[in-house]
Amino acid sequence: MAELNTGGGGGGHKGGKVRSKKQSTRVDMTPMVDLMFLLITFFMLTTTLAKPQAMDLAMPDKDDQNKDEQLDVADTRTMTVLLGSQNRIEWFVGLADNPISAPTVENYGKNGIRKAIIEKSKDIKASTGKDMIVIIKPSDKSNYRNLVDILDEMKITNIKQYAIVDINTPEVELLKRDGVY
Amino acid sequence: MPRVKVPRKSTAIDMTAMCDVASLLLTFFILTATARQPEPLAVDTPTSTVKIKLPESNIATITVGQGKVFFGVQGQPIRERMLQKMSERYKVPFSAEDIKRFSLMENFGVPINQLKQVIDMKGADRNKEGLQPGIPVDSVAGAASQLHEWIYQARIATKEINDESLRISIKGDSKEEYPVIKKIIDILQKQKVNKFSLITSMEGGDS
Repeated sequence: MAELNTGGGGGGHKGGKVRSKKQSTRVDMTPMVDLMFLLITFFMLTTTLAKPQAMDLAMPDKDDQNKDEQLDVADTRTMTVLLGSQNRIEWFVGLADNPISAPTVENYGKNGIRKAIIEKSKDIKASTGKDMIVIIKPSDKSNYRNLVDILDEMKITNIKQYAIVDINTPEVELLKRDGVY
Repeated sequence: MPRVKVPRKSTAIDMTAMCDVASLLLTFFILTATARQPEPLAVDTPTSTVKIKLPESNIATITVGQGKVFFGVQGQPIRERMLQKMSERYKVPFSAEDIKRFSLMENFGVPINQLKQVIDMKGADRNKEGLQPGIPVDSVAGAASQLHEWIYQARIATKEINDESLRISIKGDSKEEYPVIKKIIDILQKQKVNKFSLITSMEGGDS
């Protein structure tokens, strides 16, 4: 039957085994450790960064029974922001038909609406002693990004009182007049 | 005075311990990492400066993109219960096998009478673009819309199983027009859900 011949035949050595050379068991682990840390970094970053951010939004209570019930707020301290088309904004202070500060068309971002909000909120704080209320009215031509952007501006400019309200016809007319609808 | 001879030491360090620690950490991170689920509706979420992370459990996600609406709830028991309730509500029968398969679906976007066909499909086929038409958001003949019912049953199921209230989040595409979003907010407000989250991604640069 098959048998392993370790003696190396007959001749030569007599009774002595062939000794293989003893090799060191130490392995160089440096590349292995390198690779492992790379993978660790990758998994750490992907697990924490993949989680999406959530922006909390609280809407005013809507009551189906008495729809017409409106909360009156002083028009001297309300800023209305209309979200128009092509990523443009129109804002005014006061009422739409009788604005205290004339409607202005603005862009999103640091130099656009943020500046206006900060300035106006300072003015209103100085003149009335109360915080400004921002009413956000997205028109049908605005998109979801616009809504998130303006809510983000509220967080950045630290406006505590704001609400998303449906747009009405005079305000749509105003947007149309200024060519952002 | 004879100079003190500093014995030269080998620079090779024993890396075995370091290797052990590294592999332990690696195993931990691989096991805790949740595999990214394929989404049937790809959306590009708008960016914001908010840094609050979304919770892992008790959350429902309404995905909106290209005018379609998809819905998904975290947690398999909740999904099972939700489908049972929906099948009672709409008188659409589902077998136990269907319910089991449904509980493995992260989110879906079909009217309930077509749901069975989607459940029967293979996982890879389900997520083909344009296959699922979205959940109807309009109320038909005075009855509440299907999305309304799904959200409602999901809330009940969460309350029954986990005894916690369900958080609702909206994951919208940045190009999505406002009226579509408004419809969904209206559906939520009808159920007196006045607080919900909008899912955003991280702000890249200063804008």
